[in-house]
Amino acid sequence: MKLKYFAWVRERIGKTEEIVEPPAEVRTVGQLIGWLAARDDAYAHAFEKPTVIRAAIDHAHVKQDAAISGAREIAFFPPMTGG
Amino acid sequence: MAIAATIRIQEADFDVAQEIAALSKGRTDVGAVVSFSGICRGSEQGEPIAALTLEHYPGMAEAEISRHADEALARWPLQGLTIIHRFGRIAPGENIVLVVTASAHRQAAFEAAEFLMDYLKTNAPFWKREESARGTSWIEARDHDDAATARWTKS
Repeated sequence: MKLKYFAWVRERIGKTEEIVEPPAEVRTVGQLIGWLAARDDAYAHAFEKPTVIRAAIDHAHVKQDAAISGAREIAFFPPMTGG
Repeated sequence: MAIAATIRIQEADFDVAQEIAALSKGRTDVGAVVSFSGICRGSEQGEPIAALTLEHYPGMAEAEISRHADEALARWPLQGLTIIHRFGRIAPGENIVLVVTASAHRQAAFEAAEFLMDYLKTNAPFWKREESARGTSWIEARDHDDAATARWTKS
């Protein structure tokens, strides 16, 4: 699946997008955050406060208990500040 | 008759008067047009800023705004709806966002415009970064914006 990062999540991780293949036991958005955070210090920094992180699957907002199976694109970003 | 909203996500500036006129010109069924313009302030929390840079999520920004536009069209009897949101670098005094609603009567136009702005603030995937003498920093989301959005949730 493709992951996309925005705003300070993108800056901390140091990339705008990537393709990942998480193991089968990573089933939810929250578990995916935990799996990514364990990769290295940059990911750990980006996801240091998991409750602040917002997520979207295929361009729609989701909660962290959402299942990731079948997702083409998952995005992680801080609370939005548009308008 | 169902109307289609005009939604544009763009880097370029827009002409507020022209967008308002486009919703009422040549029509006799529109009795009220409400417009909200969001403009870049020259200071943030009392500190002068040089500019804002808006990052957005292409594709999702259009999808998310369309969803809220559809909800507004379902909840209020609107005869016209235009939403424009800019991205990129925006200097103080420049336009950031525009919502224009047209209806037979003012209440629907006022309420729909306010509903849309509250949702754009908290749900449209845009992020503001400010530039000032101290460098650049991401603007933090505000709790009162979440509270403003929550009041539109149907109980």
